[in-house]
Amino acid sequence: MSRFLVRRVLGALVILLIISAITFGLFYAIPRDPAMMSCGKNCTPDMLAQIRHNLGIDHPIPVQYWDWLKGVFVGRDYAGFGNCNAPCLGYSFANREPVLGTIMDRLPTTLSLAFGAAVVFLIFGVGAGMLAAVKQGKFLDKFASSASLFGSSLQIYFVGYVAMFFLVSKLHLFAQPSYTPFTEDPVSWFSGLLLPWLTLAIIFTANYTRMTRSQLVEQLSEDYVRTARAKGLSRANVFFRFAWRGAMGPIVTVFGIDLGVLIGGAIITESTFSIQGIGRLAVDSVNKSDLPMLLGVTILSAGAIVFFNIIVDAVYALIDPRIRLA
Amino acid sequence: MTPPTPSAAAPLEVTDESVEKSLSPSTTKGSESRSPGRLAWKRFKRDRTGVISAYIVIFFFVIAIAAPLIAKLYGKNPYTTYASQRPELLDAFSYPSGPNGGMSSEFWFGIEPQLGRDVFTFLLYGIRTSLGIAVAATLLTTVVGVVVGVTAGYLGGKTDYLVGRIIDILLSFPSTLFFIAFMPVVYGLFVAPDENIPTSLRAISLILVLSAFGWASIARLLRGQVLGLREREYIEAAKVTGASPKRIVFKELLPNLWTPIIIQSTLMLPAYVTAEAGLAFLGVGIIDPTPDWGVMIQRGAQFYTEDLTFMLFPGLSMVIFVLAFNLLGDSVRDALDPKSKR
Repeated sequence: MSRFLVRRVLGALVILLIISAITFGLFYAIPRDPAMMSCGKNCTPDMLAQIRHNLGIDHPIPVQYWDWLKGVFVGRDYAGFGNCNAPCLGYSFANREPVLGTIMDRLPTTLSLAFGAAVVFLIFGVGAGMLAAVKQGKFLDKFASSASLFGSSLQIYFVGYVAMFFLVSKLHLFAQPSYTPFTEDPVSWFSGLLLPWLTLAIIFTANYTRMTRSQLVEQLSEDYVRTARAKGLSRANVFFRFAWRGAMGPIVTVFGIDLGVLIGGAIITESTFSIQGIGRLAVDSVNKSDLPMLLGVTILSAGAIVFFNIIVDAVYALIDPRIRLA
Repeated sequence: MTPPTPSAAAPLEVTDESVEKSLSPSTTKGSESRSPGRLAWKRFKRDRTGVISAYIVIFFFVIAIAAPLIAKLYGKNPYTTYASQRPELLDAFSYPSGPNGGMSSEFWFGIEPQLGRDVFTFLLYGIRTSLGIAVAATLLTTVVGVVVGVTAGYLGGKTDYLVGRIIDILLSFPSTLFFIAFMPVVYGLFVAPDENIPTSLRAISLILVLSAFGWASIARLLRGQVLGLREREYIEAAKVTGASPKRIVFKELLPNLWTPIIIQSTLMLPAYVTAEAGLAFLGVGIIDPTPDWGVMIQRGAQFYTEDLTFMLFPGLSMVIFVLAFNLLGDSVRDALDPKSKR
């Protein structure tokens, strides 16, 4: 197990290194001068050159990348702008702050959104899928299947606004979506995020219902399930300890991937509900051409995806002892 | 859900297919020799949901293609701000003065708040833009995916390894983030920072960026398929008889890959429609004066609390289109690949 983890973590680091290099190269390949934006209106060529020097963007791109990479491990000093301590992902020209600090400020918001939505869609999605599999071919099954098909065709940027119109503005059932830190006020944390959770979960729920149903239907028709029933085990026991255990693997895999993607920022959800998380940060930095920030967010998102891939593979081996990690 | 007929027909069809394969295609003496394509078509026609969905999807494509014609007959266009000529159309707060977003016999779907454009033609042209971009991106993605996937699978060895790693890396890119991050990069390649970006360039950039990240999954799937097919006897036989690699790829491999290719691209198109609209919604895709599904939703989002009607037209039409296309995709898969489980 530990050998597997070491190998996978090293592999993940290599992937992150490549992704950062590609991103770096592509972003800096376009003719846009970040120094110009820092410099402001009354800009002389001398000041511009000085700012370029301080930001370290007067070097060739490979040197800049090397400096950036070095900054991640040993920190970096941006003369005239400020110091950036050890894991330094760069310095934002637009905010005049180290990138990592801003990302860390936004991270709790995105984590709250992601994990809350995950709880909702796991409960509803897997629950509905289980019901549909048990009541195969009955009304409940058909209803769950059609509802999930419909749900998977909805878009957050439409459903979100319609839900806000009816549930917040007209009926006042939900609070206006917002983010309050959990440590400050758990109640408003919950009520402010409830509508975003539910909306974000709609799209995922559908997918999990379909997947859970088809996995369970397949497992329930296997011989080992019939054997367990024939031995005289109770229906519930067979369902949860035999069929469900067999069906879990692919669901856990997809769940890990989804969670990784969500932590990289639910961009459209955050924009719809005006929640200032990582996704909103990404959109803002695109609009402000804030390349270091964008690079930082990209590394974080890609890191989350790669990291959860490793976790998924490890968890998979715990669920299914037939799988050997090597 | 009519069990007796299909199950009775299934074994018949299978024997038909095998008989048809063993005979050479030129034997036309039997009137009942049916190609796999014909069989799939027959299965598809029997699927009522699929046929209805197909009609809905065709309807959307027809109105998208015929948008200029419809607009001409209807007598309006999506760019004119009708309220500036006739201020009585909007009230003091710049919202439509009539009920239901100003719907009337003159403005069928109402008028847009603030600028007072015609919603009906704006939606028609919006569907046209969005579908055009999505179709182009789907075609490009499919072509790139097929070429890379088949090449990697057929050549194997180092090429396959390299392509495999590239696909791995592409699939660990967070896709939405990359769409929004790379749009400015692509613009930057063509236009200086201060210049205006023409709409055609925006459309082309969208197609390129969507395809640049989309091809990986279809390439991976086809690579796997080709790896399996490559070892079959009939490919070996073709090689022994001295067939050129070109012939093997086009005449022996591709005909066996049509099913996954068609299935993948029908799944891809609705995803691209929503992705394109999402980018416009975020303000990094197509932008305002150009009619677009996502642009409409983005405009609607600015005043949804006062005038939800304007938001409902693009939103509901998109839900209907995506739902119909997803259902159609399921039916196509069932028709082409009846053994696959859902």
